[in-house]
Amino acid sequence: MTTTTRTDVVLPEAVQGVLSSTRPNRPGPLSTSLTFWWRAMLKIKHVPEQLFDVTAFPIMFLLMFTYLFGGAVAGSTGAYLQQVLPGILVMTVTWITMYTGLTLNRDIQRGVHDRFRSLPIWRPSTIVGPLLADAVRYTLASLIILLLGIVLGFRAGAGPVGVVASLGLLLVFSFSLSWIWTLVGLLVRTDNAVFAISNMVMFPLTFVSNVFVPPETLPGWLQAFVEVNPISILVTATRGLMHGVPVAGEIGIVLAISAGLVAVFGPLTMWVYRRKA
Amino acid sequence: MGERPELAIETEGLVRHFGKTRAVDGVDLAIPSGAVYGLLGPNGAGKTTTIRVLATLLRPTAGTARVFGHDIVTEAAAVRSRVSLTGQFASVDEDLSGLENLVLLSRLWGYSRPAARQRAGDLLDAFGLGDAADRQVKKYSGGMRKRIDIAASIVVTPDLIFLDEPTTGLDPRSRNQVWEIMRAMVSAGTTVLLTTQYLDEADQLADRIAVIDQGKVIAEGTSSQLKASVGTGALHVRLLDPDRRPQAEELLARTLDLPVRREPDPAALSVRVSDSERVAYALAELSREGIAVATFALGQPSLDEVFLALTGRPAEPEPASNNGALAVPEPSERAPL
Repeated sequence: MTTTTRTDVVLPEAVQGVLSSTRPNRPGPLSTSLTFWWRAMLKIKHVPEQLFDVTAFPIMFLLMFTYLFGGAVAGSTGAYLQQVLPGILVMTVTWITMYTGLTLNRDIQRGVHDRFRSLPIWRPSTIVGPLLADAVRYTLASLIILLLGIVLGFRAGAGPVGVVASLGLLLVFSFSLSWIWTLVGLLVRTDNAVFAISNMVMFPLTFVSNVFVPPETLPGWLQAFVEVNPISILVTATRGLMHGVPVAGEIGIVLAISAGLVAVFGPLTMWVYRRKA
Repeated sequence: MGERPELAIETEGLVRHFGKTRAVDGVDLAIPSGAVYGLLGPNGAGKTTTIRVLATLLRPTAGTARVFGHDIVTEAAAVRSRVSLTGQFASVDEDLSGLENLVLLSRLWGYSRPAARQRAGDLLDAFGLGDAADRQVKKYSGGMRKRIDIAASIVVTPDLIFLDEPTTGLDPRSRNQVWEIMRAMVSAGTTVLLTTQYLDEADQLADRIAVIDQGKVIAEGTSSQLKASVGTGALHVRLLDPDRRPQAEELLARTLDLPVRREPDPAALSVRVSDSERVAYALAELSREGIAVATFALGQPSLDEVFLALTGRPAEPEPASNNGALAVPEPSERAPL
């Protein structure tokens, strides 16, 4: 149809040729969300550095904590690994949920979101799409931890089915948790602020939990916090699923918390997104 | 209101505040469809805020606006399906390639996967970006960036396109390419709302212009109306022989019955005039007296002068080009103020 492919030549006829009144049917929410998911995947292709945190953190944490605390807490690193691996898995994946907020904040600062916001599409898809893409990152991080764990001697008592089930639960929770960071990403001015705020929340939540030490060794007031900490409950559920210990109650609580997070922070995020100046 | 579909945009008392800053402070506009409309004003005048409100990216603090009869607040989705915005800053994803950006947008507009690829390729070719299709946009030059921005805005050709300072910072060649693109779009029936701080750009492209200053429209009309509202034009005469200037000065003063001004150029004279018939008569008189003329041109005031007259301050950048010359041998030069 068009004739020129030379860079830097603009022919008015060619421009008129591509002006088309064709209006395809409006795509549905699923289609636009998947398109934004595709965009996030392309960004990983073009900016692979962004996977550094996802890959480096888990490896570091697992090696550090296993060999630092293993002997002291569980008597041997091998025994400790069985307990700490599901914990580190939860910690790493929930921690990297903050990147959702970071990415959104950067997108808005750069202005490309203006384009998306002026399109006649289902608006949440600009946020849901990247969240789905983050699920890929979470899975990647999880696989790294599991593989390294297996090399170090981790054995899941419940076999592959238990591992897959625990990963599924972790993904559901992380997806839900991400909505907090999308809200933060919309509310604060810089990506540094997003980083600072999410660290401030995630640090106590992940460390003051049952990830590294059994809560029984803690003072009573701290034990009380650890027991209601959602991260602890998720860790208990993950450990249970991996090692074949019944944890139906914990799973129920985790799912309820996840639903609650989406129910509260989903609409809140979208409300701020629509209002945002 | 609303039953005037020939209007692309209609606003009444449009206001947008940011805290205490009144970025848009009561703007009334009636923008006809199918033409280029220019919002002209210096930096910070409220141009960008106005078009962001009209493109449904910002809610107005007060006032109403309709785009093709659709209210921008209550019928935002209908507005969005007919307009598109090319902002001053990144409106495509710099990390992705040009092709990926256009495929992404085509998909979001509802093109199937193969149709999206086809559409993206066609757009890139038409905008002279075929060779840069697979390059990341962050590696594009300024002119290429602006073209991919505009291409991204017309994936589905809008009825109304907002172009926010589309040529700011471009070299002359790239600027001309953007102008060509704009003209092509208008001749295909798209309405263009252009903001600019370049007076010559508004003058060259816009059928009608609103001059905006401090969030308010301070003048509106065609380029010639604006100039006429400010005052009359100027006659510039340049003689072949500087020695005959006193004689020509006396003759012009007599035939036009107006004060004649001596220009720094020893061969040049200028007169502020309004009656072009008498000007033609003056030219005939000069020739009858045997006074040879190098330049004899009737120029309208430049938009620079318009802005100065309207605001009491000069507009910022670059001088405007001259225009409307009733020229004998060559276009007039700008009269020094």
